[in-house]
Amino acid sequence: MEIAVLFFLSSGLFLGWALGANDAANVFGTAVGTRMVKFGTAALICSIFVILGATISGAGAAHTLGKLGAVNALGGSFMAAFSAAAAVYAMTKVGIPVSTSQAIVGSIIGWNLYSENVTDTNALIKIVTTWFVCPVLAAVLGASLYKLTHVVLGFAKLHLLRLDAYTRVGLVLAGAFGSYSLGANNIANVMGVFVPSSPFTEFRFMDLVTLSSVQQLFLLGAIAIAVGVFTYSKRVMLTVGGGLMPLSAVGAWVVVVSHSIVLFLFASVGLESILASNGLPTIPLVPVSSSQAVIGAVIGIGLLKGGRGIRWKVLGGIFTGWMITPVISALICFVGLYFLQNVFDQKVYQSVSFEMSERVLERLGQEKIPRTHFVDLTGQRYENGRALMQAVGKQTSLSSKEESKVLDFAKVVPLTVSIDKIEHLDMEWFSGPQIQALKELSGRSYHHSWMLADALAKQSEAWKLKPKTTANKLYNKGVRQRLEGLYRKFKD
Amino acid sequence: MELPKMKGLFGRSRALEVEIDHFHDKLSQSAVIFKTALAAYLKAGATDSFIERQEHLNALETEGDKLRRSIETKLYAETLIPESRGDVLGLLEASDEVHGALQGALWGFAIELPDIPEEFREEFMELGDMAVMTVESLVLASRAFFRNIEAVLDHNHKVEFYETEADKISSKLKISIFRSDLDLARKLHLRTFVERIDEIADKAEDVADHLNIYAIKRSI
Repeated sequence: MEIAVLFFLSSGLFLGWALGANDAANVFGTAVGTRMVKFGTAALICSIFVILGATISGAGAAHTLGKLGAVNALGGSFMAAFSAAAAVYAMTKVGIPVSTSQAIVGSIIGWNLYSENVTDTNALIKIVTTWFVCPVLAAVLGASLYKLTHVVLGFAKLHLLRLDAYTRVGLVLAGAFGSYSLGANNIANVMGVFVPSSPFTEFRFMDLVTLSSVQQLFLLGAIAIAVGVFTYSKRVMLTVGGGLMPLSAVGAWVVVVSHSIVLFLFASVGLESILASNGLPTIPLVPVSSSQAVIGAVIGIGLLKGGRGIRWKVLGGIFTGWMITPVISALICFVGLYFLQNVFDQKVYQSVSFEMSERVLERLGQEKIPRTHFVDLTGQRYENGRALMQAVGKQTSLSSKEESKVLDFAKVVPLTVSIDKIEHLDMEWFSGPQIQALKELSGRSYHHSWMLADALAKQSEAWKLKPKTTANKLYNKGVRQRLEGLYRKFKD
Repeated sequence: MELPKMKGLFGRSRALEVEIDHFHDKLSQSAVIFKTALAAYLKAGATDSFIERQEHLNALETEGDKLRRSIETKLYAETLIPESRGDVLGLLEASDEVHGALQGALWGFAIELPDIPEEFREEFMELGDMAVMTVESLVLASRAFFRNIEAVLDHNHKVEFYETEADKISSKLKISIFRSDLDLARKLHLRTFVERIDEIADKAEDVADHLNIYAIKRSI
């Protein structure tokens, strides 16, 4: 690996460190603040479980972030992570519990603006919606769990000391679960922007452990989080305890559990498959903010008690912080990218061009977007997504879904399927018929990514998407993820 | 995860629970002993039977002291119940004062050998009974603080009730003493004993007042 690559990754590590310092406090802050769990114990458990969560189940939420904007040059990823980390660090210094999720979303939008990419409105809406849903869900969970705990404890009539011992064990277990969920959900914030430009290759250790390039990236990020936990989180943990509202140890336990459940819900691929296979609507896998979850849960409990204990002024400050963070982060990113490109002469994005060729228009027609919309654009080429959208905007108005389809199909992605590269694919990830279909296409070149997808679907059923139903959602997602893997691999 | 350590945590809590239970046992036993000792004194003065009971109460008080110190040390050394240990400490120390009041009253009888005229003996006994009932209710309230927080208020209510009754009896008794034909020195001497017994109920009520606050704090 080149030194330059390590240098670029360093900003991701900085962001990981900031996340560890800031968000670990959400998981163990109340436990350490109330002296129920020693800081050393908390830091150790937190580190281990963050690393496990990130490496084992971190991929789910990373995908949504990738959709928002695929930062496609290492220099750009560097600046995106750096500006998010700087925003988080600055807010932490001021004493506002901010969200790394918001910071990174802000900086991706900053990169999109700079590289004249079009921000995927659907993905953005999905993410922003969760920012509102997440604290509300945590509040509802927190209040119900608090009530339930109260009833159970009323029946159990535990001795004060026994309750204390159980609470300690409960805090440690909930903290471990919380750290796992934090790692699984938030690693996408730290390392997600590096996924499209990951410098790692697959790593096998004695046939026992296989780490994909993304998993290695996530492992590295998780270690950075652990370092953040050990070096900087103690202070934050001690102050987070009673900041918003005084809580009892049992209350602290309820908060940590609610927070962890919420984070887990938004990161669990396993839960998604259970829901989908039963025909139930799935929860979007989105990186949510652990700060928001914690604060939501605290407020839920506070409201249950009549809202007297809540310090509304502190809460107002926190809300303001949530509004400002993405804006600051986007600004730093935009300005930073300018310097990185023009002063340090680094490549911060790979330009992607768009073409409205005859074939693209025909394909859009199949997707029920009539070509009559784009008569004047036929055969035109555009330097970036925004230029295409402006041209389209002059002709017709499209819904945001249709817009992202036009962008997808018009995007020029030159691909060549080579037998050489097929042999380097992860054979366990693809099925036999899928590999077979690929081999039959070897030697062929494509101008757009959808062309390869269509050719593969023609070759084999194994590459076809099933009808759009909830039950088929996961199957289709799996096929799409494999296709995206191929686009990266076969790119010219 | 550190299983032996967790087992140790539960083991330590269990041991401390037992010690706290014992502390309460000592106080409630002392209250009962006080009652029988007072009855013995009123019946026949400082007989062997009275002295034996008085010494028993002294021993109980010493054991209670030891338990209290041990509990306090463990609570702090092992950082148990960090939120409530200040309250527990206050509770134990205040309960210890009740114990001291029981002991002090009996010491007074043993040393000063007051001569209580026949006509006041029944009321002295009534006052003693009421003071003991206050302490017994307090012990129940204090036990409830550890196991069943909602019951604390019920027991405390009784503590307050008995304490008021004790006050009424003590005022009545003092009026009777000072309206009697005894000389002033004996009147003053008898009053001291009325006050010493009444003080047991007063101290118990002080503890109950603290307990009320601790219970409210715990239920938040």
